Amino acid sequence: MTTLNNPAPAPLPPTTTPQRTRLLANRDQPAPGTDLRSYLKRLRSGDLGPLPIIVGLIIIAIIFQSQNDNFLTARNFVNLIPQMAGITAIAYGVVFILLLGEIDLSVGYVSAVAAVSMTLLMLPPTNAPWYVAVVVGLVVAAGVGLLHGLLITTFQVPSFVVTLAGLLGWNGVVLRIIGNGGTVIIQDQTIIGVANTYLSPELGWLVAIIFVGLYTLSVFLGERARGAQGLAARPPYVIGLRVAVLAVLIFATVAVCNESRGVPFVGVLLLVMLVGLSFVAEQTRFGRYVYAIGGSKEAARRAGINVERYRIYVFMISSVMAGVGGIILASRLRSVDTNAGGGNLLLYSIAAAVIGGTSLFGGRGKVSSALLGALVIASVDNGMGLLGLSSGDKFIVTGLVLLAAVIVDSVSRRSQKRSGLV
Amino acid sequence: MVLQEQPLLQLKSVSKRFGAIQALTQVNFEVRRGEVLALVGDNGAGKSTLIKGIAGIYPFDEGEVFFDGKPVNIRGPRDSAALGIEVVYQDLALADNLDVVANMFLGRERTTQPFRLNESSMELACIETLNSLSVSTLRSVRQPVAGLSGGQRQAIAVAKAVMWNSRLVILDEPTAALGVAQTRQVLDLVRRLAEKNLAVALISHNLYDVFEVADRITVLRLGQNVRDFNTSETTQQEIVLAMTAGALQHTNTAG
Repeated sequence: MTTLNNPAPAPLPPTTTPQRTRLLANRDQPAPGTDLRSYLKRLRSGDLGPLPIIVGLIIIAIIFQSQNDNFLTARNFVNLIPQMAGITAIAYGVVFILLLGEIDLSVGYVSAVAAVSMTLLMLPPTNAPWYVAVVVGLVVAAGVGLLHGLLITTFQVPSFVVTLAGLLGWNGVVLRIIGNGGTVIIQDQTIIGVANTYLSPELGWLVAIIFVGLYTLSVFLGERARGAQGLAARPPYVIGLRVAVLAVLIFATVAVCNESRGVPFVGVLLLVMLVGLSFVAEQTRFGRYVYAIGGSKEAARRAGINVERYRIYVFMISSVMAGVGGIILASRLRSVDTNAGGGNLLLYSIAAAVIGGTSLFGGRGKVSSALLGALVIASVDNGMGLLGLSSGDKFIVTGLVLLAAVIVDSVSRRSQKRSGLV
Repeated sequence: MVLQEQPLLQLKSVSKRFGAIQALTQVNFEVRRGEVLALVGDNGAGKSTLIKGIAGIYPFDEGEVFFDGKPVNIRGPRDSAALGIEVVYQDLALADNLDVVANMFLGRERTTQPFRLNESSMELACIETLNSLSVSTLRSVRQPVAGLSGGQRQAIAVAKAVMWNSRLVILDEPTAALGVAQTRQVLDLVRRLAEKNLAVALISHNLYDVFEVADRITVLRLGQNVRDFNTSETTQQEIVLAMTAGALQHTNTAG
């Protein structure tokens, strides 16, 4: 026996008490990254957040407004929201794909598959009610996502290839169903209403008040829960500032929209989906695992996460959101034709997520980036349209915007790396 | 020996074969509560195979395993985790984009409602664990792991292993990539694990570290036991000799 009777058990350093107060002492200081000074510090270190996009939007607004007075009008703004809605919904799903570090090239035509399925179901011989048609359309999309996910995980084929095959294949399926040169008209007023309904001014204000109220409440309750546990809470003025910024944004949007036809219903839909999907991404186990897999597949696997299963789920989310986007687009056009899901839809959707700041390499990004990115793309598209420029010019400019966004992201990441943040 | 304390983990004559290669031949191994045991040996001595056998990644072909005096059968990582055995591998496997709390709870998150993560409860538990290990260099447990130093990352990986009521922590080359000051931090941390009455097994190439922190040293060579040493009764030269030319207890059948 060696050390059974040590003269005195070496007095453990008094670890608990002072240490505990040390890490918890943050209570008096703001949690990192929440007060103004640390925000400036983060900016300097290269963590720009949504700042480049906001600056970009302002530049876009100035350029187009100087060329055409109609750009910054209430009427044009109200037009912009349904214009961007389809891309935004699809890009919401793309964000999840990119968070995993995967890619889904099929979202354009999958959106068309869902829209076609829905539209045909509402026609004879089935004459299904709109809600059944929508559900079936989305279930079909989910099935497509499941198929992609199973192919990718079972055979360990890169998602790029599987969804490239999907891009071709689902385009073919849409063409087969609709027939050459055909157009299927949507008669159902509810479906048409999705992208063509505007809230009355009163309703618009009511929705805005409910939104801001719920947001304030959730932020306040969250901080109080942290405070009650003795954890570092954010100083009240930071919370106040956040709530104020959001409130101003939403109320200003409503005020502008009410100058014209009112708040588009589809705008509210986008916002509701944003809140729901952000909750999934940031506050659930599912979202945590998606980020973890995107950050380090090996770490996720060792933590006991069934990586393959989550990859399949995410491809289903992507396809379902593509379906939602497809339905919104069909609603806006009041029809589905052989061009559905084609053109620049796929590239715009992926570009929206990337321009908004979601990394192509996985693990970094937010659902809200899809909304911001789509706003940029739709603004450019809309502005160029007002100027009467050709689609060739549109593509060139959109391409340059995408390039600029990626370069800003890359440069900011490099400087973050230098300051040891990422 | 007055009081033969029962080893927490005891392996008796375990063997492992990969095809034609006999990786372990009737190896005996034991580690007790409150002790730091160093497992040393040259490349190919079977250290990693032994650890992976304990972790259930490559279960042993033959031999007996006792945990807490009871015979156990470790057939997979879940079995070893259920016993309270946690392994910290050399590559740590942290998700760089997630913060410290998220990494420490990865795969075992706490939730309030069926879906919602209970962030404040996890943050508290994380802080408590880090404090109990005197990990005090972190600015915040809410910073992404990517921004941490090598020593801090090692500390997070160790704390993660300790948090789950683990009883045996196995560390694979914890100081391999670290500078002097950070190595110091990690070795202190290893010592504190033993002070918390955990059993600690440490694989290391660095004999200086081993003598710094270990109570006992088990030397393997060519997949076999050479012998065990008490750190206080041996020298680095003796260990090096044992690692490179120590007498083997079995004839090497694999040739």
